[in-house]
Amino acid sequence: MTAPAPVAAPAPVSDPILEVRDVTLRFGGVTSLADVSLTQRRGEILSVIGPNGAGKTSLFNCITGVYRPQEGTITLQTDGSSEELVGRKPARVTQLGVARTFQNIRLFNALSAVENVKIGVEARQRTGAIGAMLRLPRTRREDRESDERAFELLEFVGLRRRANELAASLPYGDQRRLEIARALGTAPKLLLLDEPAAGTNPSEKLQLAELIESIARDTGTTILLIEHDMKLVMSVATSVVVLNFGRVIASGTPQEVQRDPAVVEAYLGAATDGEAGDDAARD
Amino acid sequence: MSVAIGGRRRGPAWLSTPPARRLATCLAVGVVMALVTGKSGSNDAPTSGITGTFESASAYYWIAAGAVLWVVITAWQSRGAVVKSTYRSVTAKPREVFAQRRVKYPAYAGFLVAAVVLPNFVNGFWQEILVGQIAPYVLLAIGLNVVVGFAGLLDLGYIAFYAVGAYSAAYWTNQLPAHPPFTLNVFWTFPLAVLAAMLAGVILGAPTLRLRGDYLAIVTLGFGEIIQLVADNSGSITNGSQGVAPNSVPDFSIHVAGIHYTWPLEAVPGDHMPWYYLILGIIVVVIVLFHLLENSRVGRAWVAIREDEVAAEACGINPLKYKVMAFAIGASTSGLAGVFFASKNGVFTPGDFPFQQSVVVLVLVIFGGMGSIPGAVAGAAILQYLPQLLRSHIQQPDLFAYYGAILIAMMIFRPQGVIPSRRRAREIAQAEAGIGSADALAPPGEAP
Repeated sequence: MTAPAPVAAPAPVSDPILEVRDVTLRFGGVTSLADVSLTQRRGEILSVIGPNGAGKTSLFNCITGVYRPQEGTITLQTDGSSEELVGRKPARVTQLGVARTFQNIRLFNALSAVENVKIGVEARQRTGAIGAMLRLPRTRREDRESDERAFELLEFVGLRRRANELAASLPYGDQRRLEIARALGTAPKLLLLDEPAAGTNPSEKLQLAELIESIARDTGTTILLIEHDMKLVMSVATSVVVLNFGRVIASGTPQEVQRDPAVVEAYLGAATDGEAGDDAARD
Repeated sequence: MSVAIGGRRRGPAWLSTPPARRLATCLAVGVVMALVTGKSGSNDAPTSGITGTFESASAYYWIAAGAVLWVVITAWQSRGAVVKSTYRSVTAKPREVFAQRRVKYPAYAGFLVAAVVLPNFVNGFWQEILVGQIAPYVLLAIGLNVVVGFAGLLDLGYIAFYAVGAYSAAYWTNQLPAHPPFTLNVFWTFPLAVLAAMLAGVILGAPTLRLRGDYLAIVTLGFGEIIQLVADNSGSITNGSQGVAPNSVPDFSIHVAGIHYTWPLEAVPGDHMPWYYLILGIIVVVIVLFHLLENSRVGRAWVAIREDEVAAEACGINPLKYKVMAFAIGASTSGLAGVFFASKNGVFTPGDFPFQQSVVVLVLVIFGGMGSIPGAVAGAAILQYLPQLLRSHIQQPDLFAYYGAILIAMMIFRPQGVIPSRRRAREIAQAEAGIGSADALAPPGEAP
């Protein structure tokens, strides 16, 4: 694999890139997120875990502007400036440097793999309708650039050979990788991956872990990861936040979290009641 | 997809097989055609239309024709061609660009030469049909194709922008009770009409394009009606229901650098070719511009919104902005056609812009193949030519029954249109296979 873009040396891990403060999200009487706070440092791979329905995807949707939380702030720190994300439209959040993938893959199925990535790359371009119709020099240059960049990214995720295949016709694991390539196309500073390993087989999971690590290492993109596969989380994440019933119940390094009694209880049921697994089965 | 949901089918199993259902459809088409062409009922005997129809032999010819249609279609299907092509369009690789160009561009050049040369060999009547009935609708269909085909928005008030274009031309050539600050040559009204129509598109689009699917369709329908009613009722501005009369919008003319030329209509009756070449030029320019647009960042953004709005937003595409853009571009094309119409006809009234015309243009686009520029041209050319061809065989009031029948048949057997865009054809095939949705008309996907 080759690095898609040389980026300045990794920033020191101390400075935060994403700060979520006391975010509360309700749907009618149902509280999906309650006072969720977390801080992600630049360059780290932070994994959000928790049982089904814990509010992980809701948190992603709050960060990306799909939902608007009733309370709390979400700030993105980039290049010395700090941007509030709550209340921004999803397209604007992407422009600010937050890209995402979806739990249920959402590709543009009737387009080829390379066209999918191009749409991502073009988030940073400025060609408008008039430029496109008149095929102005800038339009031609931007089109060439997005082609080149899209092929680079396909190469990076290992789909170069399949560039001209339709997104819908790709195998499942490749579709996941294509979605990541499309998200990388928007040149994000923060990449949100929503269960990238869901539905993939063990060898694909292994490749995925490599891909995630190389994204963090080679492109300098910070990664926020939702994942169910504990092996994957333990192998790639530098720190972990555990959600249950919309609340943060633990955070720390993967090893710390693994030993935390609250986490064990959330996943396996209370140690005392002897009927492990009941709570974990709650959907 | 023939999935029987809930309850089992009644009757023998062969009844629910595709050939049997197809036979029923074909026979039903035959019966409808028989009713359409048969006797009319009257107030005294409302059912006499039906009984009278089946008393005459022609009804049974129609039903027999339906059966023949079934035989032809079944024979065609048994070749396996249709099934295969559907499968192929789900998974097909996009063809290589160069291989495509080698075939495409000479073909386009051939069509252009034919479009320039051939009309010289038809008589005046058909030339007039070409200039008055076909060419403006080709332009309208190409414009609406941007809205419906590219951006996937349903616009039921498209003819309103045509009206805006026509009235702009009348205003700036000083043919309305409201007087312009200065009077212009009709040619100069083109940019102004385009601007006015574009502005109308933005004014309508900006607040309403937040709506989805059906709601948008209703609002655009309402807008079409509003424009027509305003034109009809503001006598001091638009001259009300009398329209642009008794004066008329002047013919196109050029007075540049000693060249004086007026597009003849009154001068040489029956000479429609200069008008034809004028609108052909406009159409060719618009086609080239829209073709470039389709294959640009903007065109891809439209596809993205059409296919999955949530994913498009995650790719930094502001859906509202691109939808308004599609609306404005479609509207301005309609405005162009409106100026041509105004100058060619000279006189027009608000009654020339009924809701029915909006539907007709929409039908042209769907028939030709949504999202495909050659499709829009073909759809407009075929469907606008057909009534003229049928004129000597059927009665005028029955015309729309035929439109309907053709459309139904089209939707059953070739839902992607005459010349579908490859993207659209794939989307439809995928939607039938349960992958994704074919347009932005579907309710918003579950937020992830």
